[in-house]
Amino acid sequence: MIGSNLSPLNQDALLNQVSEDVSDRGFVTAKIDELVNWARTGSLWPMTFGLACCAVEMMQTAASRYDLDRFGMIFRPSPRQSDVMIVAGTLTNKMAPALRKVYDQMAEPRYVISMGSCANGGGYYHYSYSVVRGCDRIVPVDVYVPGCPPTAEGLLYGVLLLQRKIKRTGKFNR
Amino acid sequence: MIKNLQAQADYIKANFEGANVVEPIAFDNLIIYVAPDKIVNFLKFLRDDANLSFKCFIDLFGADMLGVRSPRFEVIYNLLSLKLNNRITIKVALEDGEKVPSAISAFSGAGWFEREAFDMYGIVFDGNPDLRRILTDYGFEGHPLRKDFPLTGYKEVRYDEQQKKVVYEPVKLMQEFRNFDFEMPWEGAKYAVQGDNKNKS
Repeated sequence: MIGSNLSPLNQDALLNQVSEDVSDRGFVTAKIDELVNWARTGSLWPMTFGLACCAVEMMQTAASRYDLDRFGMIFRPSPRQSDVMIVAGTLTNKMAPALRKVYDQMAEPRYVISMGSCANGGGYYHYSYSVVRGCDRIVPVDVYVPGCPPTAEGLLYGVLLLQRKIKRTGKFNR
Repeated sequence: MIKNLQAQADYIKANFEGANVVEPIAFDNLIIYVAPDKIVNFLKFLRDDANLSFKCFIDLFGADMLGVRSPRFEVIYNLLSLKLNNRITIKVALEDGEKVPSAISAFSGAGWFEREAFDMYGIVFDGNPDLRRILTDYGFEGHPLRKDFPLTGYKEVRYDEQQKKVVYEPVKLMQEFRNFDFEMPWEGAKYAVQGDNKNKS
């Protein structure tokens, strides 16, 4: 039962232990749920979906300083290859059907991070005639990141929270 | 070359019947009112006159002067003359429902600007071949930049789990919009701002 006492987020220690055990005995055993969750948290591929200024901060999070690549997050240009959608910016009425379509095209299991005040609840544009009062009216949201826009650290923390949520609640359904 | 603005105004008045220059000329900007039926000819005159050659079409937009002046709407054209290194503002005043001829025959780039003015104010441009909405949602009700348009509009969207699509519903707000007005005069401009009652004190 390797790995059950180690956090999936602590990847270095986990991998060291696994490789030691493999070289000792030639095989490893692990719970399939935890193995799958470990794999899911380690390769959360986000959908490239920027709607407004939050998208710039999302780019900063992905760029070299905060470097989402460290967490196995690589932005994908297609919803078919994505696991998580970061709703980065103001969601307008006109964009809402398109956002839902992109979400529907993503493969299960899929997650949504709502980034910034506008996506969380309309924010500055809450009373506007053209803005959706929160992207949770359109898609189910896993993590809300507050801020206008959230800092790159803020979004990164949201991503880490999503990883913890997957680790905690993720199930392997046959 | 007519560098002086007053000389430009006199030249335009002398050469085009029906050009009403707003005088005195303020902020180094010529403002000229013309009647709706003369606007296309006036734009062509400004474009083609060798002494003016306002050949660069900068902008076209609407304005709603509800409660400020009558007629209610204005369509404003901004042109630039590279020859004179000078800009000019042309205005057309319109009642609600009154049409204005499209400026496409003078400046072909006017098409989308007119669509925007139509979208935002409901001003109809006669002769525009594609006068659809350009910015607001498909099937949007009303014209949002009209002063009597309610801030939150009429419809809001939601994903319906049964119908499996995004549906439109009448707006229902959890909390009404609150407008905090502390009667603070805007301290930017020293000159009189039209329609600003707070600056009187």
